[in-house]
Amino acid sequence: MLYINCPHCGMRSQNEFSYGGDASVKRPELNKEVSDQEWDNFVYNRKSLRGKHLELWQHISGCRQWIKVERDTATHEIFRTFKADEEVA
Amino acid sequence: MTQAFRIENSGLINRDKKLSFKFNGKTYFGYEGDTLASALLANGVHLVGRSFKYHRPRGFFGAGVDEPYAVVQLYRNGETEPNIKATEQELFEGLEAKSVNCWPSVNFDIGAINNFLRIFLPAGFYYKTFMWPKSFWYRIYEPFIRKAAGLGVASIKHDKERYEHKYEYCDLLIAGSGPSGLAGAYAAAKNGAKVILAEDKPRFGGSLLTSDVNIGNQSGKDWAEGIIAELKTMPNVVVKNRSQIFGYYDHNMLVMSEKVSDHLPSTKKYHPNKRLWYIRAKEVLISSGSIERPIVFGNNDTPGVMLSSAAKEYLKVYGVLVGKKPLVFTNNDSGYETAIEFKKHGVDPVVLDSRKNPESEIIDEAKNLGINIKNSYVVVAAQGYKKVKSADIASISEDKKQLGKIENIQCDCICVSGFWTPTIHLASQSGNKTKFKEEIDAFVPGQSKQNEITLGAANGVFSLEETLKTSFTAGSELSKKITENDNKISIPNVVEKKSSQHDKFWCVPLPKGKNYKRFLDFQNDVAVSDIEIALREGYRSIEHVKRYTTLGMATDQGKTSNLNGLQLVSEIENKVVPAVGHTTFRPPYTPVSIGAIVGREVGKHSKPTRKSPMHSWHEKNNAVFVDAGVWLRPRYYKRGNENLFEGSKREAKNVRTNVGVCDVTTLGKIDIKGPDAAELLNRVYTNAWLKLPVGKARYGVMLREDGIVMDDGTTTRISENHYHMTTTTAQAANVLSHLEYYLQLVWPELNVNVVSTTEQWAGAAIAGPKSRDLLQKLFPNSDVSNEGLPFMGYMEGDLYGVKARIFRISFSGELAYEVNVESDYGNFMWEKIMEAGEEFNIQPYGTEALSTLRIEMGHVAGSELDGRTIPFDNALEGLVSKKKDFIGKRSLQRSAFIAEDRQRIVGVVPLDKQTSIPEGSHLVKDDKAPLPNPKLGHISASCWSVEYDNPFSLAILKDGKNMIGQKLFAMSPLKNKVIPVEIVSSHYVDPKGERVRS
Ligand SMILES: [Zn+2]
Repeated sequence: MLYINCPHCGMRSQNEFSYGGDASVKRPELNKEVSDQEWDNFVYNRKSLRGKHLELWQHISGCRQWIKVERDTATHEIFRTFKADEEVA
Repeated sequence: MTQAFRIENSGLINRDKKLSFKFNGKTYFGYEGDTLASALLANGVHLVGRSFKYHRPRGFFGAGVDEPYAVVQLYRNGETEPNIKATEQELFEGLEAKSVNCWPSVNFDIGAINNFLRIFLPAGFYYKTFMWPKSFWYRIYEPFIRKAAGLGVASIKHDKERYEHKYEYCDLLIAGSGPSGLAGAYAAAKNGAKVILAEDKPRFGGSLLTSDVNIGNQSGKDWAEGIIAELKTMPNVVVKNRSQIFGYYDHNMLVMSEKVSDHLPSTKKYHPNKRLWYIRAKEVLISSGSIERPIVFGNNDTPGVMLSSAAKEYLKVYGVLVGKKPLVFTNNDSGYETAIEFKKHGVDPVVLDSRKNPESEIIDEAKNLGINIKNSYVVVAAQGYKKVKSADIASISEDKKQLGKIENIQCDCICVSGFWTPTIHLASQSGNKTKFKEEIDAFVPGQSKQNEITLGAANGVFSLEETLKTSFTAGSELSKKITENDNKISIPNVVEKKSSQHDKFWCVPLPKGKNYKRFLDFQNDVAVSDIEIALREGYRSIEHVKRYTTLGMATDQGKTSNLNGLQLVSEIENKVVPAVGHTTFRPPYTPVSIGAIVGREVGKHSKPTRKSPMHSWHEKNNAVFVDAGVWLRPRYYKRGNENLFEGSKREAKNVRTNVGVCDVTTLGKIDIKGPDAAELLNRVYTNAWLKLPVGKARYGVMLREDGIVMDDGTTTRISENHYHMTTTTAQAANVLSHLEYYLQLVWPELNVNVVSTTEQWAGAAIAGPKSRDLLQKLFPNSDVSNEGLPFMGYMEGDLYGVKARIFRISFSGELAYEVNVESDYGNFMWEKIMEAGEEFNIQPYGTEALSTLRIEMGHVAGSELDGRTIPFDNALEGLVSKKKDFIGKRSLQRSAFIAEDRQRIVGVVPLDKQTSIPEGSHLVKDDKAPLPNPKLGHISASCWSVEYDNPFSLAILKDGKNMIGQKLFAMSPLKNKVIPVEIVSSHYVDPKGERVRS
């Protein structure tokens, strides 16, 4: 079970969180023309990386904040975590 | 009855407490502190089972967790449990056990005929033989395999025992209480670290219980007892025996199974049977020791052949001789230690050493005791069927290829030692890349992956002095990092006998003209010849060889067999062992009770149960409950002998004619506040929300980004910047997360707060033509007329002094209202409604009537919004704004979603107006068409229409828009039904929706 550092609450076990997918996906702006390809990329197409992956988790049984977690998908090592509005350098 | 193999003056058992037990129906005696294995051996019982494939006689091979043979069916306190290792099961008064894998009895086993037909059962036998013809599988092969195979039977009774889970955090977790674990624990504890020391056996001390060593001028055993006694007094230390750490998971989470009660005749009151510990450790010391491995020779599975370390343990811990004419067969000094113990207890062993001229302190001691030692000698084959009677032995050439003349010597057991295999399972599970250590012919942990360190024998270090030194140091260093204390501990001096290099020899060649079975895996009957076949047939990867031959796949997971298997593969392949590699170590290290894994989450505890504030009223009024997610909801209120069909029909009819009340507390509720609340709703819902006035409710549909309907419900504008959203019961949690996702990540600029208020409000739906009269009576000071509170209107009211929210919304399609009060007043509200409603013939109605009402009105619910449908499919396209953008809108342009013949909701009526259509039935054009019959749609929900008194269903049907009036067939292969049907409008009752506005 992963041990995730919630930037709001501290170290908590994985069973307090729910997974939210790739954090690098940007939703196209509202009321903007979007090509089929762009939209498909947003809704469906994911890279399924092996290695370092920036992903979303929600601290669902804690502070209910969505956070970003930089995790290795192969080793499960977690490098850093960020608040939702934090820029990831 | 005498225990003929029990000796005086040896063992750690309690001879003052005699215990009686039964094995295969026969009564025996043992002592407190025995295992079932040691007690049977004390009574001279060596035959305990039959092997898995050939049903060959099986005895005892080890003395602990590595045991491949002695797996029994245990009976305790009216319960039975399979797959128990007799070497691990502690004896208690009244214990009963039976052999498994033998029918009709362990002495005469019909399955043993496989042994004589074994030419038919080589590697891959099951794969090859039972494949064809396919039709034979169910009728013949599977029942045969099930009867012939298996290691006991699971109980079909409800398990009365309780199992608990516990979460724990510590600075240092130590797996194993041998010298390394004790030293590490002691040093860390002295530095104030929070330490958990786990030992799988009942007794602490590991190898110190059986080895002839001195630590700080005490025997190893006494030193261990002293350390444990001191650790137990320290508040920062938890020491646990009977506790097996079986899994090393991510981020230093380890799981341990503590056997709390298995050693007792019955579980004490308020005690669990087992306790599963989830331990998050800052540091882990793996001091799991090592397991002796066998040398492979002919008939090496005969009862009486066992590990030399096991023979020593039975002698020193249990005071039991495994034989009175022992033959020790070894390639290292460990065999001598066992021989010396025999000799000291008056038994004359013979030692066969594969080495030519070994010299060491231990060997010198054996020689001084006058033990008969034969160098460059091996056991070629054991003789005897149910028990070793003698051994064929021979000298062996230096290259280990040529055997000398075969001689036969009498013996009643063969104690074999092929050197030691470090127990690296936990390290490997943690992600440690193991490496092969030439000097010991075995794998040891390499680079640490997580915060783990492996020391002592588990790390391939067999010198006690070095083990203690490194472990004390590691305990100090690891704890110093955490507690910043640095209490120096003096390392005690150690007296141990030096040993010499072992012989890299693991398998005795077959003598000319002999075809002895030489087993590698004793539980799964995998012999040398099976591995040879697998390699001959082209299997190369060790993972494939394992699966094809089942090497190492039994309940002992190859603890004694894996390394010899690797040796064999590398020899045939002409590779070095590390190039072959080992198979992946996966948790659990040893079998764990399903009960322990499940814990308390059984029966009603398998999920939380949520009840509305009116639950006790429902109970008192004969509600029959149904699970709705985690909620319990009344399905119908039973009157007399009514069944579900009759009761729900009565309730639904009463709503259509008088008035009914339904508990709708379970609906999800979300409070939305902030200046941008309307903007959020406008983006989340498909319809327009910016112009909803205060005091009005609106029905809305929300989509996922892929255009699929996520949920529906009404949202009401309570005040300028305050909205009350309702969701379906099932989607409540998902919708909240969905809103939080967009507010926190996508549109953080929106100034809105959302919070779940599902449990804060109790809700009652009042529906039926007389509902307004009832409402007026409940709220005499409020104007609830059609003008004062129009359809989709909202007002606040005073319910006998309780603040209430009144919504004019309808799910039933009737004139209807929903009243909410704070949860604590829910029951009060309900009772007032029932009281005031009496004159209007009010009846409560449950979910079944609720479904009937909505289905015949064509209102969609979860069975239509099933995660596969878009607004059009549910006839909700009128709610999809063309002007504004919203979540998922772009996806609605997908070609499949705008196809001319897109699926759509329809009504379905059986032609005979009698036969109810099972939900899930498929709609097809031709009921006689060859399979697979093309499916046009499926029945999503069925009811008995109370309006028309005939069955009615909703369906999602391809090109549903143009199918009205068509005749199709509803087919349910599950219920074996074919029903001719007609397609009608989904709005079966009141298609214009006049009633809700009346
Ligand atoms: Zn948090």
